[in-house]
Amino acid sequence: MYKRLPIVFLLAFAPLAYAQDVELPQGLEGLGDFSIFEEEEDEGFPVDLSWSVESRIGFRLQNDVHEKDVSIGEVRLQFGLTKDFDSVSFNFVTDFVFDPVQDNHGIDLETGQGFIDIRETNIVFSPFEFMDAKIGRQVLTWGTGDLVFINDLFAKDYNSFFIGRDDEYLKAPSDAIKTAFFFGDTNVDIVYVPRFDADRFIDGTRISFFDRAGGRLGGDLSGRANPVIANRPDRWFRDDEQSVRVYQSFGAVEAALYYYNGYWKSPAGQNPLTGAAEFPRLQVFGASVRGPVAKGIGSMEFGVYKSADGAAVNPLVHNDEFRFLIGYEQEIGTELTGSVQYYLERRGGYDQYVASLPNGAIVDDKNRHLFTVRLTKMLMQQDLKLSMFNFYSPTDKDGYMRFNVSYKLRDNLKVEAGGNIFYGQEHHSFFGQFKDNTNIYTGLHYDF
Amino acid sequence: MKNLVKILIMSALWALPAVAQETPDVMDIVEKANHVSYYKGDDGRAKVNMRIIDAQGRERVRAFIILRKDEDTADGKDGKQKMYVYFNKPADVKKMVFMVVKNMDRDDDRWLYLPALDLVKRIAASDERTSFVGSHFFYEDVSGRGIDEDNHELLEQDETYYIVKSTPKDPKSVEFSYYKNWIHKSTFLPVKTEYYDGSDQKIRSYTALKVDMIAGHPTVTASRMENHESGGKTLMNYSAVKYDVGLPDEIFSERYLRKAPRKYLR
Repeated sequence: MYKRLPIVFLLAFAPLAYAQDVELPQGLEGLGDFSIFEEEEDEGFPVDLSWSVESRIGFRLQNDVHEKDVSIGEVRLQFGLTKDFDSVSFNFVTDFVFDPVQDNHGIDLETGQGFIDIRETNIVFSPFEFMDAKIGRQVLTWGTGDLVFINDLFAKDYNSFFIGRDDEYLKAPSDAIKTAFFFGDTNVDIVYVPRFDADRFIDGTRISFFDRAGGRLGGDLSGRANPVIANRPDRWFRDDEQSVRVYQSFGAVEAALYYYNGYWKSPAGQNPLTGAAEFPRLQVFGASVRGPVAKGIGSMEFGVYKSADGAAVNPLVHNDEFRFLIGYEQEIGTELTGSVQYYLERRGGYDQYVASLPNGAIVDDKNRHLFTVRLTKMLMQQDLKLSMFNFYSPTDKDGYMRFNVSYKLRDNLKVEAGGNIFYGQEHHSFFGQFKDNTNIYTGLHYDF
Repeated sequence: MKNLVKILIMSALWALPAVAQETPDVMDIVEKANHVSYYKGDDGRAKVNMRIIDAQGRERVRAFIILRKDEDTADGKDGKQKMYVYFNKPADVKKMVFMVVKNMDRDDDRWLYLPALDLVKRIAASDERTSFVGSHFFYEDVSGRGIDEDNHELLEQDETYYIVKSTPKDPKSVEFSYYKNWIHKSTFLPVKTEYYDGSDQKIRSYTALKVDMIAGHPTVTASRMENHESGGKTLMNYSAVKYDVGLPDEIFSERYLRKAPRKYLR
């Protein structure tokens, strides 16, 4: 009805609407002058500092002749500093660690050994409108896998992962130059690591493992008495790594291409003369997609691993591999999220590999199939979090289950407990070898 | 421009001091209420503080900055929106970023950036009626509930308010059986919302506690969400509110998840 009134007539009332700019319309001002917060403005402080402290203790649930009963026992003080200048930011994060479980305490910033472990020291800036740069020690991640990595060949710390440190420690820092270019739809990341950054791999100092070269022919379990001696490529600018990611979104679907040129991140070879573990050359070509599927998020990723020349006929060097991953995540209940992944690792040149093995050696399958399941449930206004992640391989007949319960007593005080359960039928399989490391832990985290 | 004129005319009309109390179209009211609640200006930013208080009086705090940008639609109607939420408090979520693209035709797209891992995680769109960052506000309270998801009925009106009853078209998808909304007549701001269960028990309620006029937009700068079943409540405070900031589209991309757009977060 009112819509038919002459426009001139209506416009005459328009100023009334503007009048509202001046004071609140009747009925709203009466709501009162309510202020919820005494604003504690800490802005203007020249640097942004953060401190936190946590302690963790954990035990093996069985005797492991190769390791201590205590799987983790440490106090960790983390200090963070961020300083923003006009066009440059500086970030510094370091951990000070008191860790009596570790036998060696000499400081090694590469392996994180010793009482200091620097996680970040970098500067971030945008030299051009279309470019970002991050230079220095940093944590790097890309790819679509959930605790399974194909094209993310940045350093990991599997020791931390297996003994129950916070998830953030699965990623070891890299000393790198990251440049990111943004060309509208297509974006390119280039990461240059001037000196090879290896994983903080399982070397026996914390976690016992099956050493195929150790003991009698056919290998044996090994631990801190005989830690892996590794021969790391460590020449600056010669033993370097390059990683490239080209990515673009197509509607809600994200697609990416990846390239890596460097070395196997954990030992994948052995020097025939010295017996030292080696990191053979590695190139990886891969791609991924990720996007909404049904009521959740689906993802797919693959990578072609090109190992060092002659790997197929050399039993001491890992062969080429094809790796494939498909995953799906969905909310399956109130504050309950579930996800599943299927992962395939296929060994290239399998016949040559088998032929090259000495008699009596362990023969791995051509295909390693792996399934993962994750469940995360939040309760009590998200103060209580229950999570479970299980890896299971039907081909290796082994698996690994992680579980964690954490509760925030206060915003800055969290208590948690969890476990790392390894299972399997054979001593030498991927997860089965860690059976004696099955552990539970508890921790307390406080933010200042 | 046409739309602007239309809006002006409409607001002029609604500003009329109760001229002949005609029964207005309820969809019109609901559309406008949705607009003033979630679509003010072309974009906006605000500093948000939350106090989450449980029945025992224990308190949790959240502090974050919200950046919002609306996408132009062909018909000038309220449509797709992008939101960037940068956390400052508590310490364990500091520097985390949560990004949402609110779609009209399908589930929202969501991302989470975890700085300690440098991880950009895509997260499955969840039930919109679950807690937002552990508060008593739901995702839907923060980003808006689709007006076509309910049947609306104008229950009554007085000098100041329209009282609209909304009943979900899909009752199984929500925890309430209907809600009542007190919509302020001249501004169309919902000032109070009460959610009821099947036996007419009030289970949850929203109250605007303070309204400020910011750049010509009446803006709720303090509000409360109470859960009458658990006895918990969350107080939410908006400060440093700005509209028409001129946020570039690129802010809502992976680039700025990894590298926070400091200029707009200060």
